Amino acid sequence: MENEAGALSRVAGLFSARGYNIESLTVAVTEDPTLSRMTIVTTGSDEVIEQIIKQLNKLIDVVKVLDLNDGKYIERELMLVKVKASANFKDEMKRMCDIFRGRIIDVADNSYTIELTGSCSKLDAFLEAIDKTAILETVRTGASGIGRGDRILKI
Amino acid sequence: MDSQNNNPAPASRDQINANHTITGAEIVIRCLNEEKVKFVFGYPGGAVLHIYDEIYKQNGFKHILVRHEQAAVHAADAYSRATGTVGVALVTSGPGATNAVTGIATAYMDSIPLVVISGQVPVPAIGLDAFQEVDMVGVTRPCVKHNFLVKDVKDIAATMKKAFYIAATGRPGPVVVDIPKDITAQLAEYIYPKTVEMRSYSPVLKGHSGQIKKAIKLLLEAKRPMIYTGGGLVLGDGAPELVKLARALNYPVTSTLMGLGGYPASDKQFLGMLGMHGTYEANLAMQNCDVLIAVGARFDDRVIGDPQDFLSKKRTIIHIDVDPSSISKRVKVDVPIVGHVQSVLTEMNEVLTTEKSQNDISAWWKQIDEWRGVKSMVYKNSDILIKPQYVIEKLWEVTKGEAYVTSDVGQHQMWAAQYYKFDQPRRWINSGGLGTMGVGLPYAMGCQFADKNAQVACVTGEGSIQMNIQELSTCAQYGLPIKVIMLNNRYLGMVRQWQEFFYDNRYSESYMDSLPDFVKLAESYGHVGMKITSPADVEGALKEAFAKKDKFVFMDFITDQDENVFPMIAAGKGLSDMVLKKDNKHRHED
Repeated sequence: MENEAGALSRVAGLFSARGYNIESLTVAVTEDPTLSRMTIVTTGSDEVIEQIIKQLNKLIDVVKVLDLNDGKYIERELMLVKVKASANFKDEMKRMCDIFRGRIIDVADNSYTIELTGSCSKLDAFLEAIDKTAILETVRTGASGIGRGDRILKI
Repeated sequence: MDSQNNNPAPASRDQINANHTITGAEIVIRCLNEEKVKFVFGYPGGAVLHIYDEIYKQNGFKHILVRHEQAAVHAADAYSRATGTVGVALVTSGPGATNAVTGIATAYMDSIPLVVISGQVPVPAIGLDAFQEVDMVGVTRPCVKHNFLVKDVKDIAATMKKAFYIAATGRPGPVVVDIPKDITAQLAEYIYPKTVEMRSYSPVLKGHSGQIKKAIKLLLEAKRPMIYTGGGLVLGDGAPELVKLARALNYPVTSTLMGLGGYPASDKQFLGMLGMHGTYEANLAMQNCDVLIAVGARFDDRVIGDPQDFLSKKRTIIHIDVDPSSISKRVKVDVPIVGHVQSVLTEMNEVLTTEKSQNDISAWWKQIDEWRGVKSMVYKNSDILIKPQYVIEKLWEVTKGEAYVTSDVGQHQMWAAQYYKFDQPRRWINSGGLGTMGVGLPYAMGCQFADKNAQVACVTGEGSIQMNIQELSTCAQYGLPIKVIMLNNRYLGMVRQWQEFFYDNRYSESYMDSLPDFVKLAESYGHVGMKITSPADVEGALKEAFAKKDKFVFMDFITDQDENVFPMIAAGKGLSDMVLKKDNKHRHED
């Protein structure tokens, strides 16, 4: 979509006005500074998804809408998790972090901050796998998606 | 609205001449001239003072001073509906802007092209809760086709060009251009773009030829065909092509409230309006047809009611609409044709002339004539009480069916739609989508400005008229010879009707007490007031009023309080659940 003030609020407003779900929404400027790219994760029946796509296309600031589910795609989300890392948790946390191919990016006396990237379900799985009482704080970016192979979204 | 202090004065003439630049305010005026705008409906205030100063100096368009910003937008809206051009309104920031919102939402729901220019506080003051500040772009976002906040004087011209382009093309709609006061005082070179290129907006015009051929094939094979037209047919100026198509096929036509006039109502192929208060024959033909072609209509809740009931019958649906999101929104469609109705219908007519064989549909017409025999629009007239339907019938006769008829919202609106036979498009002007009470009088103003010699009738009720009654003053100022046909039943009639049917006659707050003497009220503005209490006087009074060609006449018809709008399909019910008269629920079974 056009990288213009208010474009994000038009999209967010559309979802709330028409009662569509937003599970996550990420947006940032692209290599072309006049364009932003947004990844929206939503749910709904085929009819609802069709309407969402049509309604998004109707927004003047939206240049192009692609349903990644129409083909193969890759999604990635970044999560930062602050966990307890006191003596009895330390090794366990390091091990789980390695298994999920995360990285410890900050170490304090009693906590680690772990950076983890992957599909949304992988991040969910990590949170399931570690001791819940060890979780101090989480922050997630929401998913960004891109088509696999030669499939590209280009203006 | 109050004026603001401490604002920079616009640049002086010397500055302008030295740099070949002009002020933002003058750019706004030049843009409006470039778009050949004839009328701007507005109300001045602090944030638009620079613009009003330029209006004072120009004569490219006429500014119409309303008495409330809502009426400015409604009048611009009606002007657009009557002429097919983009309506323009100008309001100040804050309360001026929020007063305009109902008008903007009304236009949005009915897809009316408008450019609404609102003043804004100076750029450095935005976000600081300045005097008369409101986030107009935020407030109007859900009820505009698009909106702009212009933060650089150099962007005014290009933005105005885009605003007019976006408003008028594709599925039309209102566009708001919010301009901070300091921007209108700054200088820039005036360059009006000749064309607009927008990578994110390119409405489809031409329909898909393959789909059009498929549609014609289906139509020719139909045994029980039906043509269902909506507001899109009127707005897309497709009426002549639709008439051509319908006559060539000899197929029945029905119309939504918004589409009335798109096909001549006095024609024998016309089954009347369909929907909640539609005719028996139109609703049953809609329900029982085997091939349905929807033209600029959107299967909304007031038309087909419960989609499940509608889908309980099998039929093949062809849908022509300029807006892809209108297709398969409430009802799944078999042959979608996205395109401008006029272009698509023209192509259909071309394809039709090369195709021949057509099914015999005489059995279908026989069935329709049987339904017509029910005479669902017949009402019991009275010698004592004025029946509202009778007033509309006489209005139609006296005006020879040629008037612009505006209405407010409620029972009178439905009676006007049912009993005034609109034979031409763009003559029936009402708020179908949003259902805005108070539009009637400003709509009549818009129509009268659009066609100064035309007969303009505002059909209203004593509830609705009071929602914008201050415009009696505007009508006096500009000498508008509008005729107000007020059906005064001392009730909010449609609310009362629902309370009678669904709330066991508990008439909660639906009476109209402490009404003014409307005759005296009209006279106090210099208008003519008439009060009509007997059915015997209805026709004579209407003739007398319309004979006063240069006078605004306010006609207060004291009508039967108990009259209800029939037929009726209760909200949420289906087309086969029609109630023809009270206590006579008719469920159609076959």
